[in-house]
Amino acid sequence: MSTLEIKDLHVSIETEQGEKEILKGVSLTIKTGETHAIMGPNGSGKSTLASTIAGHPRYTVTSGSITLDGDDVLEMSVDERARAGLFLAMQYPVEVPGVSMTNFLRTAKTAIDGEAPKLRTWTKDVKAAMAALKIDPEFASRNVNEGFSGGEKKRVEILQLELFKPKFAILDETDSGLDVDALKVVSEGVNRAQDDNDMGTLLITHYTRILRYIKPDFVHVFVDGKIAEQGGAELADRLEEEGYDRFLNVPA
Amino acid sequence: MTDTATHVSGEKARIGAPSISGFTEEGENLSPLNEAAATLGGAASKAHSHGAGAGVPDSSRAGRMTSYKLEDFPVLTGREEDFRFTPLKRMGGLHKNVLSGVAPALTIAGAEAVTLETVAMTDARVGSAGIPEDRLSANAWANAAEAKVLTIPSGTAGEQVTLTFTGTSAEAAASHLVVIAEAHSESVVVIDHVGSAVVAQNIEIDVREGAKLTVISLQAWEDDAIHASAQLAKIGKDAHLKHITVTYGGDMVRMTPSARFDGEGGEVELFGLYFADAGQHLEHRLFVDHATPNCTSNVLYKGALQGKDAHTVWVGDVLIRKEARGTNSYEANRNLVLTEGARADSVPNLEIETGLIDGAGHASTTGRFDDNHLFYLMSRGIDEKTARRLVVRGFLNEIVQQIQVPEIEERLTETIERELAATDN
Repeated sequence: MSTLEIKDLHVSIETEQGEKEILKGVSLTIKTGETHAIMGPNGSGKSTLASTIAGHPRYTVTSGSITLDGDDVLEMSVDERARAGLFLAMQYPVEVPGVSMTNFLRTAKTAIDGEAPKLRTWTKDVKAAMAALKIDPEFASRNVNEGFSGGEKKRVEILQLELFKPKFAILDETDSGLDVDALKVVSEGVNRAQDDNDMGTLLITHYTRILRYIKPDFVHVFVDGKIAEQGGAELADRLEEEGYDRFLNVPA
Repeated sequence: MTDTATHVSGEKARIGAPSISGFTEEGENLSPLNEAAATLGGAASKAHSHGAGAGVPDSSRAGRMTSYKLEDFPVLTGREEDFRFTPLKRMGGLHKNVLSGVAPALTIAGAEAVTLETVAMTDARVGSAGIPEDRLSANAWANAAEAKVLTIPSGTAGEQVTLTFTGTSAEAAASHLVVIAEAHSESVVVIDHVGSAVVAQNIEIDVREGAKLTVISLQAWEDDAIHASAQLAKIGKDAHLKHITVTYGGDMVRMTPSARFDGEGGEVELFGLYFADAGQHLEHRLFVDHATPNCTSNVLYKGALQGKDAHTVWVGDVLIRKEARGTNSYEANRNLVLTEGARADSVPNLEIETGLIDGAGHASTTGRFDDNHLFYLMSRGIDEKTARRLVVRGFLNEIVQQIQVPEIEERLTETIERELAATDN
């Protein structure tokens, strides 16, 4: 079993008006096999947490720690974090012109595993995973995310999740922009990855609808860079009914 | 990366078209986008920063001098519009001296149906497809001792030949080649430039009715070479030319490919790839002259630059004349600057003199490495060095894929690897 531990994390970004603190002391512990949902209104710092865990250079950690089984994640480069078993399914996956999906997937898999996958089983695995996510096989020869629709990009993120088998997956608003059918397909992919690999999941979302398909063990509500409330799956049901208003209208 | 793309097509392109009876499109500005380019004289040319006023030839590409006679071209000062980026001091005298050196030797490989002849410059085929558009080209024409003529016979299919120019002398020389793709032939001609040379060259490319020709010009010179090459193409009725320029060798290379349509239904694709290292000056100036209805042109040049004083210049002139109804044209140049100290100039010029076109657009981007690409690849476990190579290779791949000659694609892939390894990018 592995543990991803976030302790009193403070994160800032550079803006034209100077440094701005986005995360103001976040603590969270996720174990493999668990699903944590992070919910909250726009601008509350959910995506900042996701990008900071992955190591995006835009975000500066001013204090606090992130550790994976005791190892300091903040000391690791972006690629080292991925090889250590962290995976970020991005809200806006990037198009990489001229790099084919096939080449990209194989290069990444080789980097993560430290050895090239066996060609025959790999090709079979990729095909099967694509079929399960209802991705057109023709996409394998296309360039990474180039010309893919929003929904297709999200499916391809989950395809990588299934193929790379990380210890922990952070899903940054993977549900946004998906219709009901696509949401189901994508959710099934996440559930498969969790069942097959005992993966820990940090599910970041604004809406509760994805929680119908991916059942959270814990729900954390983010407001203004901090966790305002946490609980079990029932908290999500309450949010569904009440929205975020009661958090936003708290008198100062 | 900043993208300054304008695409005039569909509704926009038809603005000004005579859909209202009695209304003529002539002389109208089609949209605010084309204001500076729509007319030859008048306010537009005065507003143009490189022209001295109304009616000066350089206010439109249409007014540019063309002649077989050297003396028709004034001696260059370097201030001319088409030489303002070119360091004349590094031209090895190609623009002003008598070019009496030994021209690079030409060998041919892979020929089956084609013939290669050596003829006098007075041969009727010399000058049948091209006419010099600048002094370098005219000087090469005036000084060439002989011309080589490659003929791809009518009806040839699947022929692929390689012409190799091997330079052995640093004395300024002139060279002339005529490539004739006879009617309904289909072929690929690779023109490889290797060794060391100081050479001004004209290559005429005559693509006759219904012919399909691919020309791949590789500038794979040694580091000290100086090369000026005018590649002048005439595209016949329903003919198709795919022209690919690949430049990475030499100290100073100036390529000026131009395409003229000689009948309706012609199609030209001009692709280019360049990779400039420290100190290299690689310049590509191309011209597509749409003077015939219903022709299509597509231009895409991509370049990578690295190292101190690596300099690339790309100027793309596309002129859609009044007669060229139904034209469809697009041109783009993209540069990837890999290190500090390199400079890429990129100037797309699109002149449209008729509103009755299918589409016309241009785009130019010059940017540093995109950190978002890097982050995405690295977040999948790929180390930075490998990620950078993937992105650069990917960037240039769009052109490499157009070549479709496996040996050359392989050679280019190796060259790109070697170039990247040189600065550990």
